[in-house]
Amino acid sequence: MLEVDRITTRYGAITALHDASVSISAGELVAIVGPNGAGKTTLLNTVAGLLRPATGNVRFDGNDITGAEPARLVRAGLALVPEHRRLFKDLTVEENLRLAGCTTKKHERRQRLEEAAELFPVLRSKWTTSAGYLSGGEAQQLAIARALMSNPRLLLLDEPTLGLAPTMVDVVFELLVRLREQGRTMLVVEQNAARALRLADRAYLLRSGRVVTTGTGAELAADSSLFDSFIGTA
Amino acid sequence: MTKLLQSLVDGLGVGSTYALLALGISVIFGVMHLVNFAHGELITVGAYVSYFFFLHGGSWWWMPVVIIGSAVLASVATELVAFRWVRSASPFTLLLTSFALERLSHALWQIFVSPKQRAFPKPSWVFNQFKIADISFEVMDVVTIAVTAVTLALTALVFKRTLFGISVRGAAEDFDAARLMGVRANRVISGAFAFAGLLAGVAACLIVMRSPAAEPSMGADWLLKAVIAAVIGGLGSFTGAVIGGLILGLLETLSRVYLPDIAEGWDKFSTAVVYVLIAAFFVIRPEGVFKVARAERV
Repeated sequence: MLEVDRITTRYGAITALHDASVSISAGELVAIVGPNGAGKTTLLNTVAGLLRPATGNVRFDGNDITGAEPARLVRAGLALVPEHRRLFKDLTVEENLRLAGCTTKKHERRQRLEEAAELFPVLRSKWTTSAGYLSGGEAQQLAIARALMSNPRLLLLDEPTLGLAPTMVDVVFELLVRLREQGRTMLVVEQNAARALRLADRAYLLRSGRVVTTGTGAELAADSSLFDSFIGTA
Repeated sequence: MTKLLQSLVDGLGVGSTYALLALGISVIFGVMHLVNFAHGELITVGAYVSYFFFLHGGSWWWMPVVIIGSAVLASVATELVAFRWVRSASPFTLLLTSFALERLSHALWQIFVSPKQRAFPKPSWVFNQFKIADISFEVMDVVTIAVTAVTLALTALVFKRTLFGISVRGAAEDFDAARLMGVRANRVISGAFAFAGLLAGVAACLIVMRSPAAEPSMGADWLLKAVIAAVIGGLGSFTGAVIGGLILGLLETLSRVYLPDIAEGWDKFSTAVVYVLIAAFFVIRPEGVFKVARAERV
């Protein structure tokens, strides 16, 4: 479904991602793990069109989408839950969701809003609250609900559990399981590596902007020597 | 009491025109981080278009449509022709581009029409007076306040209820996040310019009805006031822009009416007082009435 083919992404003189290749087939849940500054976020942002790679290319459903405008990618079926969530804090929960449904037709948007309220009961009770007033867990659920408004076939999630209380981390992981059951393909960057690897079909380990190793989640989790040296078990 | 009410109405009248312009400036600042110094030229465009329209036998009934239409077109055109190409450049480049457009507009009217003022007759009812409880009002005062109130109410509705309005607010807060949600950058920016043009068009209508004349430099004075109003309100805050406009209008009028008229030329003194007050306000509250929180640019 997605092939990231040897991309290099730079911020000015700094190369954040070096010759990285990642691929995902339909229905898979793939985890990207690695220490801070490994280039995980850069990888997702490059795929989602926020950054343009210096070399290499990205294909989605076989089409070259390298450096495509994010708005186009959303319409093609690829959505990102960005790092730090980046909710519209001045907008209400409903307005955040409506804005995120801007790619769909009106009746479809209404239906998605109802689905979101069903899938995230917490949000229903805060429907007209400004997103800036939500708790961390609520905000993260809104961030995911927002990305689902465009009904993406491929969902990219950047640190969906960062800064959440342990019970909320459980909620988010349960949600990922449910989304997978619905057949949603997902690429997840996660700091909670041990847990992400248990869940993931496959995983990539990034360090210093390079893909160091790849395998099934179980394989990477089992390869503890390699794993400890890079991350430490969480 | 009569004097106070009278000057409040005057102040609100001037202030509401500032408010319409300041709101447009704030909307464009929101989506583009540009203080558009060419925004006042939309008034000039509106005034010249109405002058030519009148020359060719146009009536005042159609004037608002013509003025607003031309302001919207001009606003969208500046974005398409000028700002779009420098959108990702530094804010300073954007600012210089807007200055260039403003100068260009001056020069073009001077060369192709005339450096001198071109006046045309005002609608007959504009300065008719009527009385409510011994206080006399001009028709135009009431028209100005009513038109602005309706325009602002509709604007609030657009920003609260429509997908376009919500997109503009979202993009103003975090443009990249809006793109990630599928908001098309070109479309929301074009839309913001069109909307700002519409507000400027309404302001231009009110201005030319009161003093039907066009001259190359007319936009510049209004622009300065509008920028000040937008900054008083907190640049990027839509509510703030409106409040800033009204505050500025009221301050100007009240200081002109109530400051002592000591000697010849003292009316200039009242303007000075207004600006000293504004400067003092920024010492106390540099972010303006409403502080606008922004996503940090990564």
